[in-house]
Amino acid sequence: MKQPNSQPASELMLRETASQTAGPYVHIGLALAAAGIPTRDEEIWNEMARPEAEGEHIEIVGTVIDGNGDLVRDAFLEAWQADSKGVYQREYDLAKPFNSFGRTATTFEHGSEWTLRTVKPGRVRVDGIDEEHGAIDDKENDLASARSALLMAPHINLTLFARGINIHLQTRLYFEDEPEANAECPVLSRIESPARRQTLIARREEADGKVRYRFDIRLQGEGETVFFDI
Amino acid sequence: MQDDSKRFVERDRNWHPPAYAPGYKTSVARSPRQALVSMQHATASELTGPDFRGLRMGPHDNDLLLNFRQDPSQGQGLPVGERIIMFGRVVDQFGKPVPHTLVEMWQANAGGRYRHRNDNYLAPLDPNFGGVGRCLTDEAGWYRFRTIKPGPYPWPNDVNSWRPSHIHVSVMGPAISTRLITQMYFEGDPLIPLCPIVNTLKDPEAVETMIGRLDMARSRPMDCLAYRFDLVVRGELQTYFENQ
Repeated sequence: MKQPNSQPASELMLRETASQTAGPYVHIGLALAAAGIPTRDEEIWNEMARPEAEGEHIEIVGTVIDGNGDLVRDAFLEAWQADSKGVYQREYDLAKPFNSFGRTATTFEHGSEWTLRTVKPGRVRVDGIDEEHGAIDDKENDLASARSALLMAPHINLTLFARGINIHLQTRLYFEDEPEANAECPVLSRIESPARRQTLIARREEADGKVRYRFDIRLQGEGETVFFDI
Repeated sequence: MQDDSKRFVERDRNWHPPAYAPGYKTSVARSPRQALVSMQHATASELTGPDFRGLRMGPHDNDLLLNFRQDPSQGQGLPVGERIIMFGRVVDQFGKPVPHTLVEMWQANAGGRYRHRNDNYLAPLDPNFGGVGRCLTDEAGWYRFRTIKPGPYPWPNDVNSWRPSHIHVSVMGPAISTRLITQMYFEGDPLIPLCPIVNTLKDPEAVETMIGRLDMARSRPMDCLAYRFDLVVRGELQTYFENQ
């Protein structure tokens, strides 16, 4: 019985398990309500912030569009973001007011939008050190590179899976109403083309007195969203 | 929360399937034409990820022979098909086990039919089978599921394309940058080399990483067979020297 993964390609490392498309029925595994099957008691889903969570409550909505300009109706997305204070809340617990991780999917209904209900994330340092947890002594501070202390603009990390997508696509959502922060974000600045940088900026809308941000993802062609290799 | 002291080995994107793989037709319109923007220095966003130990899971979340909730008045039968244990270890590229990480899976039933609103394949649904499982790896990185072996099924890629028997597998790993979704195939299945999705991979050794192996040692006499499928996520490195 051969175990290929346990035979390293070199002396030093195993090979990563190869990626495959999540396929058209991804929902039955990861988004049960969207698949039309009974949900379990606790599902990881798209309400990342309960009403009592601190911060500015927002809704994010968007579509996913393919190279033919058609809506992708079977997309599955994951979101990872800091809380309103700029701290990543790793421990996932549905009883908590806020979780940094969420999942969503484009609906099968007309318009095929995905939604997330969350709070606007605070700014995070490149090295993740924040006021609460950053007990850095001065010695370390001298040695730390200037870059690691830089503040990124508020953003939501998005991962996209779907039929036809062989390895997941990774992108970031930034906010239209944070122009100064966006201008100095070291990650946004990595994108050479100013026009392409714009594809990561979510547009602010107001609907029924609620703040909403729209973020359409274009997989291919004109206005193609920037995707990262992280 | 200081994560500047670690990083993950970069992904080998010649090993993974490319976005544009014309043999797999849906990838033609769903693949980016622009290059990925690479991050030479990952930030706290990429180096962190969720911990699901606080997710309250049901007692049969990893047992597909028992976990499909259906109308109790119809009786509580067992699903049709070949009973198997699917198990393995999640390790990183340096062989380090990944404990307490979320592994999820989904699959068709023994006839190749998915319990999904959009699947209309001829093979019938099994009233006793849902097709979804999840669990956390234990302290040593092991996960296990109990299920039935899914059947192959046809799909409209080429005129006569059939997926080999497969189970979709999702793993988180320590950070969002280790996240991976793959498919487990079954050792010896003659459909594997014919599959356009398998063939998005250029390296036959990459295909080998996706094949579950029959493991007679872990099979149970007069009960079920067992297939072993280890998952390897990106290797975690500690950076000992400052970027001076």
